[in-house]
Amino acid sequence: MTLKVDMLVRRYPGAAEATLKELSFDLPAGTLVALLGRSGAGKSTLLRCVMGLEPFERGTVEVDGAKVQGTEEVSPAVRERQLRAVRQRLGLVFQSFELFPHLTALENCTLAPVKVKGLTRAKAEDKARELLAQLGLADKAGSFPEQLSGGQKQRVAMARALAMEPSVLLYDEPTSALDPSLKAEVLQTLHRVDATGVTQVVVTHDLQLAKGAEHVFVLDHGQVIESGPPGKVLTAPEHDSTRKLLASWLEDGSRKPT
Amino acid sequence: MRRLAAFTLMLSTAAAADGPARDGLASVRRTGELRWGADAQGGAPYVFQDPMDPNHLVGFEVDLSVELAKRLGVKARPVHGQWDKLLELLARGDFDVALNGIEVAEEKRRVCLLTRPYFVAEEKLTVRRGDAHAPRTLAALAGRKVGTLPGSLAERILARAGAEVRSYDGGQNEIYEDLRLGRTDAVLLDGPVARYYGDVEPELEEVDGSFGEVSYALAVAVGDEALLAELNAALESLARDGTLARIYGSWGISNAETAALVGAAPAGVSEEYERWRAAVGKLPPFWERVRTRYPQTLSLFLAGAGLTLALSLVSMALAVALGLGLAVGRRYGPMPLRWTCTAYVEFFRGTPLLIQLTMVYFGLPELGLRLDPFAAGCIALGLNYAAAEAENYRAGLESVPAGQTEAAKVLGLSRWLTLRHVVGPQAVRISIPPMTNDFIALLKDSSLVSLVTLTELTKTYVNLASSMRDHLGLGLLVAIWYLVIGLPFAQLSKRAEAHFGRHLRKVAQ
Repeated sequence: MTLKVDMLVRRYPGAAEATLKELSFDLPAGTLVALLGRSGAGKSTLLRCVMGLEPFERGTVEVDGAKVQGTEEVSPAVRERQLRAVRQRLGLVFQSFELFPHLTALENCTLAPVKVKGLTRAKAEDKARELLAQLGLADKAGSFPEQLSGGQKQRVAMARALAMEPSVLLYDEPTSALDPSLKAEVLQTLHRVDATGVTQVVVTHDLQLAKGAEHVFVLDHGQVIESGPPGKVLTAPEHDSTRKLLASWLEDGSRKPT
Repeated sequence: MRRLAAFTLMLSTAAAADGPARDGLASVRRTGELRWGADAQGGAPYVFQDPMDPNHLVGFEVDLSVELAKRLGVKARPVHGQWDKLLELLARGDFDVALNGIEVAEEKRRVCLLTRPYFVAEEKLTVRRGDAHAPRTLAALAGRKVGTLPGSLAERILARAGAEVRSYDGGQNEIYEDLRLGRTDAVLLDGPVARYYGDVEPELEEVDGSFGEVSYALAVAVGDEALLAELNAALESLARDGTLARIYGSWGISNAETAALVGAAPAGVSEEYERWRAAVGKLPPFWERVRTRYPQTLSLFLAGAGLTLALSLVSMALAVALGLGLAVGRRYGPMPLRWTCTAYVEFFRGTPLLIQLTMVYFGLPELGLRLDPFAAGCIALGLNYAAAEAENYRAGLESVPAGQTEAAKVLGLSRWLTLRHVVGPQAVRISIPPMTNDFIALLKDSSLVSLVTLTELTKTYVNLASSMRDHLGLGLLVAIWYLVIGLPFAQLSKRAEAHFGRHLRKVAQ
């Protein structure tokens, strides 16, 4: 077990219905997982709750034994301490990458290892260069984000997250900010990281990307409604609502090719 | 402005009443100096810069101060103070005696002690030569536009006569210049002023006869009886031995009333007056001024520019440090701190710098904090500009997208590390241009400190323009001085901006 979410409840102040309704799932370690769902299903909220960018009221998020509880269950101080421990084990690649524009690709990847983990600059740079090279960016170490293409930026963002050696790396809609022609390239990169043994969770509404994963969870109305290998979930879903979702996605796909 | 003066007068009166009796005489004896306050902008023939060599202060009151100091066995040291603030500066203790055409009037006795009069001036009316409609009697002044100095006896006479009074805060030149240009119909001022600024102008003429009399006396701080007695004795002796009469004679300002006070002036040429006429009667052509006169202003302007620059740099350093604290406090602090920072910004941004400076310099002594002029100037300017800087930095911090902070958080960076390494460096680039703008504005606003006895660049210009009767040429000169000290900073800012924005330069791909 690497990432386990148990009975997570998130209700926005003033909202009639909870966005996440006692949501639970348990990720197999070392795999490439797709968290599928249409917009509004609660994917982004889930991601932000797991990363501690947004509070949740009840339930737990557990990564490698470190645990965060809901705001209604523990004091803010305790929760803050829990969050710090969990964040150390998690990495996130933002939809818009959020690279630090004033730092070079290399500096983006060394800032946190040096300032947070206390690595020496030389050690951090060696590690960062190695990661950048693995992701095909060996010659871009000295470039500023503005000088990179979208795909390159994404790979720098991955290198930046991987430099902190997380157990689980999460991605928020990794294909949405990129040219559709780059989907294959993204998938290829994901597989390359998968080979290193890091657990990866890709939050997406992109069927093509989901097909490339090893395991798929389908999210709808704040709950996981189905999970399994993509060959099964995406071709022969058990649930009616999954079938409807897939149908609507295919329709969407036919209207606007994404 | 007037109301402000009244307000500060109140403040300083209160301070004077509360404080222990001053012993100016002891301090004069101890330091060997008689510090006397005057405003060189007030002009000839009182206290002004020699138009032929502006590095020297001349005037009949300068001569008087030297003689007085001699009688006291000390040296005279002039201290600059804005004319309408002289009595407040005196109460504050910036000098021992105010000596600059201070009129004997009952209401002044509440804020200072006055010596026996040393001069009696007649109020003289000046009109345009050949102006058929010129008012030449008191009665004719009703409803006419008449220029004078604020707070003077002439102003009160004009108000009583029903004239439309135009008071000028600047130098005497402008008052007569406006008359010459037809913006006013007449000028009523003390005889010495009329003689030195009205008579020298061929297009103007002085109306015969006196419209009133006013006596000048020295002012010392309330409670400073010992110095008062000493000065009275010195004046007495200067009158008796003919020194005063000789001084007034050489400046060409003797009159019957003064003669009754100090004896008649010796017959002969009024050499100082003739020197003035020769120097300013007719302004030499521009290029001749550039060759012969302006070089002499170099050291004065240099000193003024140095003071302006020093003031601005220290104030800006204070403003930047405080502004950073305010901006960060306002954006990241707990609620009470945010409110405090917001209140600070609104207060200092929303009230005039002049009032803040006046409160710091004249108001704080009441609370027991007596700052020297440079410190007071820097603190007032720094506190004021901190509000502007805080807003600049806040705008800079807010220009950095929230996603950047989230990215830093996810990587485990603390708030401080995020500010220091992620948000701060990106905000700086946004904040530099308005910061440069503020610094240039500060450079100019620093001219306000002439209020607190500092002769910075603008005051240097105003004094020189008044004594040399040359506004345009010297104006160009002072403009160049401002540009010379300001431009390097504009250049520096461009470089800094380029440095912090280097990541935005795309390379050819």
